[in-house]
Amino acid sequence: MTNRFKTSGYHLAMGLVSFLWIAPILWVVVISFRSFDDVAANGLGSLPHSFTFSTYKSAWQDADEFRALINSLLVTIPAVLLSLGFAATAAYGLARYNIPFRRTVLLLMLMGNLLPPQILLIPISRFVELTGYYDTLYALIAVHVGFGLGFYTFVLHGFMRDLPREIQEAATIDGAGPGKIFGSVILPLTRPALAALGALSFTWIFNDLLWSITVIRSGEKMPVTPALLGLQGLFVSSWNVIAAGTVIAAVPTLVVFLKFQKHFVSGLAIGAVK
Amino acid sequence: MTATSIESLPETAPGKSSRSGGRGRPGWSGRQPRSRLHRISPLILAFVFVPFAIEAVWVFWPALQGFWLALTNWDGLTAPKFVGFGNFHDMVSDPIFRTALKNTAIWLVLFGGLSVIGGFGMALLLQKERRGVGIYRAALFTPVVFSLVVTALIWRVFYQPDGLVDSVLRGVGLGNLVRPWLADPDTALYAVILPALWRQIGYVMVLYLAGLKAVDPALYEAARVDGASAWQRTRYVTIPQLKGVNSVVLSVIVIDSLRSFDIVWSMTKGGPYHSSELLSTYMYSTAFQSTQLGYASAIAVVIFLLALAVILGYLIRAFREET
Repeated sequence: MTNRFKTSGYHLAMGLVSFLWIAPILWVVVISFRSFDDVAANGLGSLPHSFTFSTYKSAWQDADEFRALINSLLVTIPAVLLSLGFAATAAYGLARYNIPFRRTVLLLMLMGNLLPPQILLIPISRFVELTGYYDTLYALIAVHVGFGLGFYTFVLHGFMRDLPREIQEAATIDGAGPGKIFGSVILPLTRPALAALGALSFTWIFNDLLWSITVIRSGEKMPVTPALLGLQGLFVSSWNVIAAGTVIAAVPTLVVFLKFQKHFVSGLAIGAVK
Repeated sequence: MTATSIESLPETAPGKSSRSGGRGRPGWSGRQPRSRLHRISPLILAFVFVPFAIEAVWVFWPALQGFWLALTNWDGLTAPKFVGFGNFHDMVSDPIFRTALKNTAIWLVLFGGLSVIGGFGMALLLQKERRGVGIYRAALFTPVVFSLVVTALIWRVFYQPDGLVDSVLRGVGLGNLVRPWLADPDTALYAVILPALWRQIGYVMVLYLAGLKAVDPALYEAARVDGASAWQRTRYVTIPQLKGVNSVVLSVIVIDSLRSFDIVWSMTKGGPYHSSELLSTYMYSTAFQSTQLGYASAIAVVIFLLALAVILGYLIRAFREET
């Protein structure tokens, strides 16, 4: 009897906490479907008295969130692929071959990723200006690749190092060169780690604000995360449109999370267990 | 933290037995660096060198420049003028810098401390696999996938003068507490910490859940047989077993706190009257709004120095496990 009480009490409490946790999101979704007149008349704190899609149309077309989303994908997808690709080759070389100073190289690469980005902001904005890449998506891709590489290399190195060497020896005896071994033996075995890092880096890059506002200036080149901030200036006090814009900007990472949930969570857990 | 942790991934790497024999890799036998180089194919050297060079161009070189610029006065137009430690000297008498430093400390304690307590508590409550737990975990975790800008806007909607926070306060008779939360210098910083916590607790919870999963269940069994209460099991079995996770969480939290920028920039830009200014936001506005590039670099160096102990600890731990 007491046990059943305990169980229902637990679920009651946790259900309430979960609901409160999600409530802000639900509330913003509700507001995003309210009309301007409704919000103006009843306030943001009231229950909805209207239902409209026009907010989404405003955010999508007038604020051009469509283009911002495209920009985000144009940056995020190449940046994820390039940084994981480069990190995988570096990790392979460092983990499976006796390269001189390999520990120093790995240490330096990880250290670069742990630096506070603030120390890099001014030199990088200067550097992209001097090379003529200021205000281009290329600059943003390059920054993300350069800054993320260290961490991805470190994680993949730990993973590749623990693959049994017999596999590699067998492939060597079969006459496979280092490139072939990488492509057809090591890389396929590293897939779980690549998936975890892929899901993680997608959200990191997609959600970035600091680098975007540092190397990009024109509104039409902004990815969706910084563009969302601009929405506030564009639709001052039209909180229903801002809410719709927020929902649109949140959908891609939510989709990636739901689709790769398992990888995503294990990716975050990397590093938690020593 | 690397190798063993990855084993908690859905599919694990085959055979950790290789670790003991891992020294017999191809290309190992050469003793002198010179002969080693001959044995390693150019492709492998390129595999390592190209990514290293990319990071050198985009991280190492800019970082060195950043440290150098911290010792100069620079407006971005004329050449930087070397001033030694002048910028650091100026900080001492800069009231905004002091506010930013104090707020960063508050941020570390409140944002860092509460997210550890909240995340650990939630992980304890949700560690046992039972019905519904998956839903609760997912609910707490959902905010983690949103960008901090999205988080900021969600909460700004709340804090609006006629928004939900005010409606609820008025509803329960606390209407006299109502104030412009983000525009009041007394509340702005705390009104920004709350959404940051909302997002961080789920993240810390996941880290602790992974840690708790790795604790040997036999330890709990033994403690239970010895008659330890639930509290005693937590205090004397769980917490000591989580030492490794704790140090990782600590580093993540300190590094995250010092890096925190997005949420403050999206909600208040450090205002009003610098009341929610952090070192990171002050650095950004000094660099890109008042273009005092030398002074801004010096602030960045301070952020780096504050993070240094944690960064070194992280590196040492990471590489102790490498060997």
